Amino acid sequence: MTAYILNRVLIGLATLLLASIVVFGVMEVLPGDPAQLMLGMSGSPEALANLRAQMGLDEPIVWRYLHWIGGLLTGDFGRSYTYSSPVADLIRERLAVSLPLALMSLLLSTFIALPVGIFAAARRGRLPDTLSMGTAQLGVAVPNFWFALLLIYAFAVWLKWLPAGGFPGWNGGIWNGIKSLILPSIALALPQAAILARVTRSALLDVLGEDYIRTARAKGLPRGRVLRRHALRNAMIPVLTILGLQFAFLLAGTIIIENVFYLPGLGRLIFQAITQRDLIVVEGVVMLLVASVIVVNIMVDLAYAVVDPRLREAA
Amino acid sequence: MSALPAETVPPSQSFLRLALGNRSFVIGAVITLIIAGMALLSYVWTPYSATELSVLNKMKGVSAEHWFGTDHFGRDILSMIMVGARASIAVAILAVGIGIVIGVPLGCYAAATGGWVDEVLMRVNDLVFAFPALLSAIMITAIFGPGATNAIIAIGIFNIPVFARVARAGALSIWPREFILAARASGKGKVLITIEHILPNIVSLLLVQGTIQFALGILAEAGLSYLGLGTQPPMPSWGRMLFDAQTRMMAAPHLAIFPGLAIVVTVLGLNLLGDGARDILDPRLRRVR
Repeated sequence: MTAYILNRVLIGLATLLLASIVVFGVMEVLPGDPAQLMLGMSGSPEALANLRAQMGLDEPIVWRYLHWIGGLLTGDFGRSYTYSSPVADLIRERLAVSLPLALMSLLLSTFIALPVGIFAAARRGRLPDTLSMGTAQLGVAVPNFWFALLLIYAFAVWLKWLPAGGFPGWNGGIWNGIKSLILPSIALALPQAAILARVTRSALLDVLGEDYIRTARAKGLPRGRVLRRHALRNAMIPVLTILGLQFAFLLAGTIIIENVFYLPGLGRLIFQAITQRDLIVVEGVVMLLVASVIVVNIMVDLAYAVVDPRLREAA
Repeated sequence: MSALPAETVPPSQSFLRLALGNRSFVIGAVITLIIAGMALLSYVWTPYSATELSVLNKMKGVSAEHWFGTDHFGRDILSMIMVGARASIAVAILAVGIGIVIGVPLGCYAAATGGWVDEVLMRVNDLVFAFPALLSAIMITAIFGPGATNAIIAIGIFNIPVFARVARAGALSIWPREFILAARASGKGKVLITIEHILPNIVSLLLVQGTIQFALGILAEAGLSYLGLGTQPPMPSWGRMLFDAQTRMMAAPHLAIFPGLAIVVTVLGLNLLGDGARDILDPRLRRVR
């Protein structure tokens, strides 16, 4: 078990290291001098040279890479030139919006998808199955930002129950904050829930076709108990895999959804940083996102071992 | 995932019979043909010009003259959706093309060679998967400039590891088979075996994955265009139409409804087609349904 965990963590770290080289390299070969961008058109050549020296742009590339990585490891993400504040502070502020948003959507999609998938599998081929899987098929095809527009129209413009966008901050009361995240999290969650429900159903159906399920039924166990005790646990591996993959989708999805709802989250931060060429912010946020995807994947791998004892022994 | 062995590939007649008996496949194929037909038709005919402005007609609702209404410039929405289909389809198809042309040889090579080459290729794959695809697509289009070409490249890059993985998995399941052994015994090299025996056996897997990636490409193109990074005005695109609709939705909800429906119907059609094709081509899955 320890070797299994260690192996996963090492692979994760290696991937992260490679990713950092890729991100740094890409930002490096981009046209445009960050110092020039900061000074704008007005800067004199001397001022430019001074700033370059101050930003360490004259140092050798390997040195700058090590400096950057060292900074990331100690929590120093550099300084944004458009916001003129430390990138780490920006990220902390924005995470206060994006993290609750991502968690709410992940919970929402799981709580919708698992019951629907199980329900459909248990009633395979009958009307509830056809209906729920038809809905799921539709849900997969809906772009989340269009769904967001419809939600805004229905719940903000028409019913006036929830705000159409913006974020009041957590200081104005937790409920106000949550209220402004409800529509965005539904918009993010529903297409994901549709995929997850389909995977849950088909994983469960695969397992239900196994011999040991027939044995369990033959020895007189009731259907519900077989489903819960024998089938579900074994169907969890593909479901967990998709759940892990969806986390990456959720992170990227926040970029569009936060733009639709004007939420000051990480997605909007990186989108604006990209369009304004605030590269140090882009680098920091991308590394954070990639790191979180890798961490989630490791957690999924560990969850496999918890769900399936065979994997524990094999490793 | 297992591919059909060569000796049991059904003759085309029975394939057609199976295909016509599969509801998903038939519905998906009909939808896909309609959308593709609409895009082709837009080259020779649209009800109105999709780019000509007509201030007198702006923000009209649904009517006999304008089936889907008009936008804030008075352009006919149906015509814009027809022309917009071109951009969606072109971007998605070319992005799938990039994925197949680069990914499939990589995957086949990894499967044929094995060892460290395989290991390295798969680790690089993992690396690409660690970047949320849409995030990287946004970065690529924002940095290298918005537009259809960069959108194709941005979406296409993330199709490469997908096809590499599918091709590798498919090829690995074919290599240990006896007819491959026979081919090797007759002195054929790995390249020739891959071309003559492996590829024909994994082509169905690749087609199914192709329709899935095609659908994802349509969604990605719409997302990029919504953010202003995909197809550029005055060329209409579904994502851009939704962006324009957002601020005017209160007065004219039809602006948001029809372009969105166009995306949903197209993606739904492709997904049904892919699901149906997989059921037809993989008899192992047919049992489950």
